[in-house]
Amino acid sequence: MNGFEGFMYPNEIGLQWSVLIVLYPFITGLVAGAFILASLERVFRVEAVKPTYRLALLTALAFLLVAPLPLQLHLGHPERSPEMYFTPHSTSAMAMFGYVYLWYLMAVLVLEIWLDYRREIVLQSESAPRMTRWIYKIMTLGSTNIGKRSLAIDERVGYIVTLIGIPSAFLLHGYVGFIFGSIKANPWWSSPLMPVVFIFSAMVSGIAAVMLLYMVTTRLRGLVIDMRCVDTIAMYLFYIFIIDFSLEMLDLIHRIYEADESFRSLNFMVHTQLYFSHIVVQICIGTLVPIVLLGLTQVVKLPEAVRRRIYAVAGSLTLIGIFAMRWNVVIGGQLFSKSFLGYTTYKMALVTKEGLLVAIVLTLLPLGFLAVLVKLLPPWPAKSQVETLEATPVA
Amino acid sequence: MNLSRRQIMILLPAAAIAWKHVLAGTPESSPNYKMTEHWWSMLIDIPKCIGCGNCVRACQAENDVPDGYFRTWVERYHVTDWNMTNPEVISPDGGKEGFPSTADDSGKYFFVPKMCNHCADSPCTQVCPVGATFISPDGVVLVDQKYCLGCAYCVQACPYGCRYIHPEKRVADKCTLCYHRITQGLTTACCEACPTGARQLVDLKNPNDPIHEFLKTHAVQVLKPQMATGAKVFYNELDGSVR
Repeated sequence: MNGFEGFMYPNEIGLQWSVLIVLYPFITGLVAGAFILASLERVFRVEAVKPTYRLALLTALAFLLVAPLPLQLHLGHPERSPEMYFTPHSTSAMAMFGYVYLWYLMAVLVLEIWLDYRREIVLQSESAPRMTRWIYKIMTLGSTNIGKRSLAIDERVGYIVTLIGIPSAFLLHGYVGFIFGSIKANPWWSSPLMPVVFIFSAMVSGIAAVMLLYMVTTRLRGLVIDMRCVDTIAMYLFYIFIIDFSLEMLDLIHRIYEADESFRSLNFMVHTQLYFSHIVVQICIGTLVPIVLLGLTQVVKLPEAVRRRIYAVAGSLTLIGIFAMRWNVVIGGQLFSKSFLGYTTYKMALVTKEGLLVAIVLTLLPLGFLAVLVKLLPPWPAKSQVETLEATPVA
Repeated sequence: MNLSRRQIMILLPAAAIAWKHVLAGTPESSPNYKMTEHWWSMLIDIPKCIGCGNCVRACQAENDVPDGYFRTWVERYHVTDWNMTNPEVISPDGGKEGFPSTADDSGKYFFVPKMCNHCADSPCTQVCPVGATFISPDGVVLVDQKYCLGCAYCVQACPYGCRYIHPEKRVADKCTLCYHRITQGLTTACCEACPTGARQLVDLKNPNDPIHEFLKTHAVQVLKPQMATGAKVFYNELDGSVR
């Protein structure tokens, strides 16, 4: 039994949504953010971030493959979840999940990756070792023409898919925000700003994650980090983070100033049970510190080594901060009574279906998927090619 | 009968849907009951409630409600002077075994029985992703437990805390207004067990129901009217401090 103080409606004492539901918006946020970063190069022609383009797409796919798992594990009857596809309830925000997910997975991400990699896939289906050749053969989907005209069509269609993908990414994560923001029974969630805040925080987390992954994988491959690339990513991260923080603060100031009937209860919660995760982790460590660090790199000319370290620290803190934000939304929204007269607690179990261990596995699983995807579809030129390029004197 | 491949392709999904209905079985029949002739709700007369907990016990026995969860419960409010925003509220074990005696004589004490408000515009029905929870033509919010995913979105959406996830069935559970009884011409278990008549099942579509006269002559309110849920549990003499 959870401990509680004050008065809770008797059915409210146990929390309905656990850490797995915290993971769900965190993971889909990474997907949407990584995709937006990829679109910077493809649609907005930001050439500097090109080294991360394919890595961002694969990261988005790896996380998207895991996104439904926390939901499935949370359901009382996961075997009935296909009903959301067959008999969706038209007034339910959640009923959209299956369609938005499938659309984003199949019509956007998989299609864009396939178009972008089609040439390599076809070449690999002819030259890869026999064991893996059949995998590439299947991945060609029978489309083996890699003539100049055919590749030009791929490029054109890929561009259109990315173009469609940007609003789709907004839809994917904006709707997650809507799921919470549209619950009028819960004043901690109920806000028209929620979907917008979710979209910007998604961009922040996805960009930070890809930046970190790029830096780590480049290091692991023994290559030099392209500073022009990470400087540009950090710049975008900084500006989007400022918009995200401003929106969150706008929401907070609005609540404080309006001070409706729920305010006293929510205010008490933020100063007690949520103090550490909200004020300390989310706002101070996970938002203000990275914004200051990233801002420093924008106004002061710092040596490369220092900038790299700042980006690593700021990126990691950003991810921690965004996770804390998801935690505070999902868990925080269930810690107070809808009577505004009491508070309950959340105790995370260790080895249950919705416990800490499962949450850790689900957080690491996308990285496993990413490793497989990177092996199958390398997002960067082979090392020998890079060395050759670097060794070639510039004319 | 000769069927073309095209006809079979059309007939197969239809057959699958028909088979699903066969498997779902036929609902319990009530030959003389016409859903469209009723619009059920409840009247709770606060001054009459003595906090005995009979209603909670009767509900749990009638509906096999698991321990620690409540389809109905009773709260005791203690409001001192004008401090209406900060009442002292208790509901030990849902008020099932009554309440401890009052220690503080200041202010006022009263009991408030709570249950599903069977809202006409219920937020729980709105958010259910598969439509497993629905409002029946006679105004009762129900859950099809063979269809519910157990996602708990409806529990989050209910402003009154009336729903829970059944620990064994792993689906949403709530007050059914004793649907199995009222469709047979009986009243609900809680109304039947109430020794003071504080709870009364009412049929708003029945012109002879005393509720119409009661509503005309008493100050009646619903819980959290600002939520605009179309709540249909009416409270007589509801204090402004009640949440």
